[in-house]
Amino acid sequence: MKDATLKKQKKQPNRLSYKGAWKDRLRKFVFGSKEKEGAGKQTVVYILLISIGFVYLYPLLYMISRSFMTVSDLLDSSIQWLPTEFYTDNYKNAARAMDFWKTFKDSVMVAGIPTLINVVICAIVGYGFARYNFPGKKILMGLLIFSFILPPQITMMPTYVFYTDMETWVKETFKLENFQMIGSLKSFTLPAILGQGLKSQIFILIFWQFFRQVPQALIEAAKIDGAGHFKSFARIAIPSAAPAILVVFLFSIVWYWNESYLTQLYVVGTTQDAVSSLSTLVVSLSTFETSYASAASQSGGQMVSINENIKMAGTMLSILPLLIMYFVLQRQFVESVDRTGITGE
Amino acid sequence: MKKQKIKKVKPGRLKRRENMMGYVFILPWLIGLFGLVLYPLCQSFKYSLNRIVMNPVLGRVMTFQGIDNFRKIFLEDPDFIVQLQGYLWQTLLAVPVIVAFALILAIMLNGNIRLKGFFRLIFFLPVIIASGPVMNQLIGQGAASIPMMNVQMITGVFGSFLPKVVADAVTNVFSNIIMFLWYSGVQILIFLAALQKIDSSLYEAAKIDGGSAWECFWKITIPTIKPMMLLNAVYTVIFMSNIETNGIITLIKTRMFSSGMSGGYGYASAMAWCYSIVVTLIVVVFAAVLMGRKDIYERRARKHRREMRKQQRLAKKFRRRGARNERRNAKKAKKAA
Repeated sequence: MKDATLKKQKKQPNRLSYKGAWKDRLRKFVFGSKEKEGAGKQTVVYILLISIGFVYLYPLLYMISRSFMTVSDLLDSSIQWLPTEFYTDNYKNAARAMDFWKTFKDSVMVAGIPTLINVVICAIVGYGFARYNFPGKKILMGLLIFSFILPPQITMMPTYVFYTDMETWVKETFKLENFQMIGSLKSFTLPAILGQGLKSQIFILIFWQFFRQVPQALIEAAKIDGAGHFKSFARIAIPSAAPAILVVFLFSIVWYWNESYLTQLYVVGTTQDAVSSLSTLVVSLSTFETSYASAASQSGGQMVSINENIKMAGTMLSILPLLIMYFVLQRQFVESVDRTGITGE
Repeated sequence: MKKQKIKKVKPGRLKRRENMMGYVFILPWLIGLFGLVLYPLCQSFKYSLNRIVMNPVLGRVMTFQGIDNFRKIFLEDPDFIVQLQGYLWQTLLAVPVIVAFALILAIMLNGNIRLKGFFRLIFFLPVIIASGPVMNQLIGQGAASIPMMNVQMITGVFGSFLPKVVADAVTNVFSNIIMFLWYSGVQILIFLAALQKIDSSLYEAAKIDGGSAWECFWKITIPTIKPMMLLNAVYTVIFMSNIETNGIITLIKTRMFSSGMSGGYGYASAMAWCYSIVVTLIVVVFAAVLMGRKDIYERRARKHRREMRKQQRLAKKFRRRGARNERRNAKKAKKAA
């Protein structure tokens, strides 16, 4: 009697006992249940991620592979990805046309100096917005966002005129013959000092968001201990804001590096009378064909005429410094958005 | 008894004086706002109504022309309207694509997968290298389209029923699809950060109540990250309007330095004004679309309330009619009697 019930109990848990059970199990394995993700779904996600990842990297891979090809490789339709030999002349020619080392130094300067100013000024302004409840704060915040949405083209002409006027004024009053606004780095540093640098508005908002989270009690404690406004900013707010500073620094340097439109207008100079000795890698890429032609004519037949592979090598050269920086500081970049607290706490 | 007014607690004098320090902190930015944003904005409006010629002796010569610059831009300029329309359709088309794509990728990355860091590394990479000249080079090489995709066919399909400007924008988006996907690096990270902040107990509660993953997505994920969608849409619009692959801003710069009737600072300022208004309008459109819609529960509750009110009104009507008829019947009965 007992044995029979035991047998019955043993038999019941067996899932294969009812009809079509294996179908259910298969479905569970592929699509997953509410508790567990199915293997099929996982595979689909991985396939999608890998293929999109490939699509993302495709232009980069294309660029790298093309930049090592000779002209005959380019014309040979049987060659798709791998060049026949490790050919570096494209890079040599492109580097010579761009005057790589000098331009690289210029780029570091053009991106670096406004970035440092940006970090300092945006931190101060962000702290002002976060800590104090002065009248008219909401309106000013609205204007901050408005000035972010406003395209720089609309203020470009008057600013350009303002800089040229300033140039002549300084030249006349202070007897400085070599003073230049347009065609020098000053035209980037001045807006940065006044908190209107490249995308400074975002950085101010990042600092604002960050300093709002600094506990008020800490600052009050410092006040009781006799710290003034600036001291509590420098000694308490700034040391706790290291992640925000890092984020602002990285993004600012990347955006300044990649900016070509305003750099060409203000720093490099477009008109004949205001051409400077400064040039950045990205700007020199946009005028690559003309600069290559002039370099080729100067070299006296040593450089081959321009082709797609050389253009790709030039493009590669202009992004290479940032790529290296990205792979060294990858964690900081990828986790940057989490750290800004842009999504709120 | 008199109603007691609740007074707002005003900050004390000390606090107010302290708050004045805020102006000191934001002073550099304030000067910049007036000197480099608001003043040039007015100035640029003034320029747009003038014709400005550079004279080697007299310097800048301004002659007032009224709205002549705008008239020329819209009626005579061969490039501007075409470029502006192209930009408009392209942005309206690409921004939803970019935001949706970023959201899908963020959701996939947010799942329980291996090599998460590696994938994030790849998807963020374009932010580092996507500058105007680099993109122009890549587009020029045809490296910005997926080789397996048949753009011609897609163009043919869309071109058959859409107006030409829209169809061109569709073609442009599809033939440079990688470029547009490349623009979604920051957006993916913002969505990912937002997704990680969603309280997992919400999903557990939904699961217990029998909600499927699909329902969870529409009723928990989407409402929670809606502000981030707005942020991303605005960011994308701003980014796309400032990158140099956008033909219109290059046009403005060329016109700024070209002489002749359709050139100079005045003409370029008028162009910049038109362009800025369009950009602002696009931002407003996306903000209206993403902010206006209420929560699904709120919508349902409102619908229910409306239904209830309707029924109440109906019931009232019936009652009133019933009473009236009763009265009439009573009168009739009286007469008959």
